[in-house]
Amino acid sequence: MTWEIVIGLEVHTQLSTNSKIFSGASTAFGAEPNTQADAVSLALPGVLPVLNKGAVERAIRFGLATGAHIAQRSVFARKNYFYPDLPKGYQISQFDLPVVGQGALTIQVEPLSGNAKPYEKTVRITRAHLEEDAGKSVHGVGGSGGYAVAGGYGIASAYGRGDVTGIDLNRAGTPLLEIVSEPDMCSAAEAVAYAKALHTLVRWIGICDGNMQEGSFRCDVNVSVRKPGQPLGTRREIKNLNSFKFMQQAIDYEVQWQIDTIENGGKVQQATVLFNPDTGETRAMRSKEDAHDYRYFPDPDLLPLEISSDWIEQVRGTLPELPQAKQARYVNDLGLSAYDASILTASREMADFFEAALGDASAQAKICANWIIGEVSAQLNRDGKDMSQCPISAQQLGGMLQRIADGTISNSGAKEVFRTMWAEGGTADAIIEAKGLKQVSDAGAIEKIVDEIMAANADKVAEYRSGKDKLFGFFVGLAMKASKGQANPAQLNDILKKKLAS
Amino acid sequence: MSLSLADVEKVARLARLAMNEQELQAAQAQLNNIFGLIAEMQAVDTKGVEPMSHSQDLAQRLREDKVTETDQRAAFQAIAPQVEQGLYLVPQVIE
Repeated sequence: MTWEIVIGLEVHTQLSTNSKIFSGASTAFGAEPNTQADAVSLALPGVLPVLNKGAVERAIRFGLATGAHIAQRSVFARKNYFYPDLPKGYQISQFDLPVVGQGALTIQVEPLSGNAKPYEKTVRITRAHLEEDAGKSVHGVGGSGGYAVAGGYGIASAYGRGDVTGIDLNRAGTPLLEIVSEPDMCSAAEAVAYAKALHTLVRWIGICDGNMQEGSFRCDVNVSVRKPGQPLGTRREIKNLNSFKFMQQAIDYEVQWQIDTIENGGKVQQATVLFNPDTGETRAMRSKEDAHDYRYFPDPDLLPLEISSDWIEQVRGTLPELPQAKQARYVNDLGLSAYDASILTASREMADFFEAALGDASAQAKICANWIIGEVSAQLNRDGKDMSQCPISAQQLGGMLQRIADGTISNSGAKEVFRTMWAEGGTADAIIEAKGLKQVSDAGAIEKIVDEIMAANADKVAEYRSGKDKLFGFFVGLAMKASKGQANPAQLNDILKKKLAS
Repeated sequence: MSLSLADVEKVARLARLAMNEQELQAAQAQLNNIFGLIAEMQAVDTKGVEPMSHSQDLAQRLREDKVTETDQRAAFQAIAPQVEQGLYLVPQVIE
């Protein structure tokens, strides 16, 4: 019995501004609790929000990067609910007039099962809106938790109950761009590919640091199942996934749970669920009565946000070449495969490194790509580093590629240069000089070597000439050995072939 | 349109207002008066009129993205009911 899976994502990206969305408090991560919670973050009486231009600009960047309509007029609304990490009693968000309208993101999907081939898919983005983040609750403070105050007046007893919750409002007011997709994904692989592409994009255009451990990029996943051709099933929302691996596991579990529930005659109830990484299971949160009755209305403290065409065009002018455009250029102009192009554009650091190493030697694109995707990536993996921590610079690698291209070093010589560069630094030229890796490309010198080995192995030459082609490798080996591995292999092959044939 | 007593009860609950029967009935009557006024306004033909989101016909002014606030935790926490280790304390929240 086949089931169709329907998935949509809501992603909260923390925008990389210095200050909060509605006040001049710092957004730096990791500060002492509440030292960045100013009067606006605390919702003290009499404060007014003032919108941060940097947050709006980042929203515009995102809209342009996804081909979306940027609303020239958008409106902030109050989303009303009570929770201690939200001292105003409402979150300032956007409702019916968001800043970014419908856009799209094209993704490369790597199917997880068997031999299925990678494919491309375009996911529609419904909207993206600006809003403020809430504070953080710290559970288990006070009472039995070791925070009890000396002198018998424990915190636990202050409210006459067993325990208390601590509230840190440093994060309150951090600007968020909530990016809502259409339910266009139909497998965990597609959902993860979309989330990864979005994660790459927001870092690429410099609007979010993408740090998932610190909560800069948080995904809510809506999942439902149905029989083909049937109307959409009831969805459950998996909240706050902060790793791609957990997303994959959570969706797989949730889909199976929904199918089992229906096949066993049950019904899926709309719910918000949490994923437990320890058990690999999803579990419905205690349903909060009225939780979805947010009674949105336009925030009278904020005037409509107007964005001029001039501003949009100015932002457009500062956008870097986007991953998809780069991929197309790598394929069409540099002759790389779609696969190589997609790997080289996995991050802006990677693409920048490739382009800097390549310089204007476009003819070397394939060999440059091979080195970066091969040796450089493998070595980074082994060392547990990412591209930004690469011990050799693009210029160093580019210098070595030039020496491969002009025949100064052979491929095996290049490997030696690379190892040395990685471990000890230095330019390719200096390493080639110090280690005597320069290959012999002097035809006269190679001919001399070939003549010598042919003279010393006259019997084998005769065998070769009588049809034993396989001996060619034997001669190559001898000649290489005689040149101490420094003969230019292509040249050596040519000369050997000619001499043996004559 | 008029509000039932159950509507008023629900709105009061959402707003965390504790109201007794008498208060609920009074609020119901007052709110229904307001709804009467709204009903009159809704009789006006507003086709093609863009809804206002604010009573002033102005656009939002923006501030530059600069940190201008300094740490005033000590002053703010001096007037908080309960604090500890820099955290504001509230009755336990169960997730």
